[in-house]
Amino acid sequence: MRTKGYVPYLFLSPALVLFAIFMIYPIIYSFLLSFQTSVAGEMVPAGFSNYKRLFSDQIFFTTLKNTFFIMIIQVPLMLFFAIVLASSLHAVKRFKALFRISFFMPAVTSLVAYSIIFSIMLMGDGIINQFLASLGIGAVPWLSHPWWAKAALILAMTWRWIGYNMIIYLAAMQNIQESFYEAASIDGAGRIKQFFTITIPQLKPVILFTAILSTIGTLQLFDEPFTLTKGGPSDATLTIGMYLYQTGFRYFDFGYASTLAYVIVIMIGTLSYIQFKVTGDE
Amino acid sequence: MLSKGRSLFVYIVLLIGVVISLFPFYWVVIAATNESGKVFSKPPVLSAGNMLLTNIINLNEAIGISKVLFNSVVVVVVFTALSLIVCTMSGYAFAKFRFKGRDVLFGMFLVSMMVPYHALVIPLFKMMAAWGWLNSYQALILPNLAYPFAIFLMRQNMLAVPDPMMEAGRIDGVTEWGLFTRIILPSVKPTLAATAIFLFMFQWNSFLWPLIAVQTKEMYTLPVALSSLFGLSRIDYGQVMAGVTIATGPIIIFFLSLQRYFITGMLGSAVKG
Repeated sequence: MRTKGYVPYLFLSPALVLFAIFMIYPIIYSFLLSFQTSVAGEMVPAGFSNYKRLFSDQIFFTTLKNTFFIMIIQVPLMLFFAIVLASSLHAVKRFKALFRISFFMPAVTSLVAYSIIFSIMLMGDGIINQFLASLGIGAVPWLSHPWWAKAALILAMTWRWIGYNMIIYLAAMQNIQESFYEAASIDGAGRIKQFFTITIPQLKPVILFTAILSTIGTLQLFDEPFTLTKGGPSDATLTIGMYLYQTGFRYFDFGYASTLAYVIVIMIGTLSYIQFKVTGDE
Repeated sequence: MLSKGRSLFVYIVLLIGVVISLFPFYWVVIAATNESGKVFSKPPVLSAGNMLLTNIINLNEAIGISKVLFNSVVVVVVFTALSLIVCTMSGYAFAKFRFKGRDVLFGMFLVSMMVPYHALVIPLFKMMAAWGWLNSYQALILPNLAYPFAIFLMRQNMLAVPDPMMEAGRIDGVTEWGLFTRIILPSVKPTLAATAIFLFMFQWNSFLWPLIAVQTKEMYTLPVALSSLFGLSRIDYGQVMAGVTIATGPIIIFFLSLQRYFITGMLGSAVKG
């Protein structure tokens, strides 16, 4: 194409300027802050002291444990059910659009709004416990027991995100050739076997993509524990994201908060790298 | 295809899924139209009451919901419009031009999708404080205008626009800007709609940054206002649920009216990966 060389740069310039100011500069700034500490309101160099502090910080380890516990249970659980839901939807003929929209609806609600809804529904005498009682199951201490509070978060997050992931899988399933299934049927493979030998392997790159997205999302988990469980009871649902917010904006310790931010950055980088390696794509 | 018995089973499973997905929405509306205490009554109240207006009036007294709603609308509309322009222009540059540094720059945008927002909020807060921009609309609008996922989505879909169409335009003497607005944009309308929904939803639901950048009640956006209301020691549930309805209603209407583009846009981007 014979265009003047500067044309693409003109089209790019607004994004590049904004990106430099609000992304590149803050990332560098944050990195520098993580080596500083506040003395009488002034940021002064502190070497590695913030990073050393991590290792003796019990609350940091608690938030790390909480975040990973939620991630390890919630991400596979949600992705598995999303695939099951997508293949069910893929198999039926009628009301497809209706199902699709219904399952996607939770994904448009704000994180604060759905956290509030679930918080009220999960209260001791809330509607979910009343429903469980009608099934003959006793009241569950959703928000007052450390273990159940994590379960409450997992439940709510799965409700919010399952349809979103389902739509992604549904799109990918349309690309799986029908002949694979036909061949398997002729070989006598049942539906369940086909699901594990055809659907899941064919979706591998997409599963990787959604797993990375969900992992990144969970490592930054903030809105839900902040609203739904308020980090409690006794820090059982305090996440790294919440701890960072408290450190930065309740105690105004910007240096240590930036260090926590970089811990999240490093974890996301490492986990994404491992996920790429394990699945061996690209 | 499925046998009759099996397909009935699948429909029942899907239907249970639909009930679980939609019940909370129904229940919010019920709670928003009843008195506060009714959310916990036994047996549960499952029909709409007539307290909606009272709850909204109380809500307005408690957190000034009309100003909050106004803030959210201004921020979201301005953000979506500006971001759509910025991201569409850069998506176009990445999709339709060869230039020095293209792949490095595009890669940089992609990688930045993995940067947690937490790593940015502290420096952003200090920058805004230094510029005297805390509690301002621009503080809420500017930081995310160059939205990497939107750039990615626009680029992916613009790749499909045939080059000969643009060549023909160039030969006819159409300006570069004209090519962009008259040839490219009309051919990616569904993607524009999908991207607009993404940006709208992102900003309407955004919480962490507004929570930090805004400290005065008059500048609260909906999520921040709801969160502060829900953090009070005495919670009026009718009021809170009326607030949740106001925060959720517009986004659902916006989504439902554009969902066709949204789902095809999303399907399209996933297919081309």
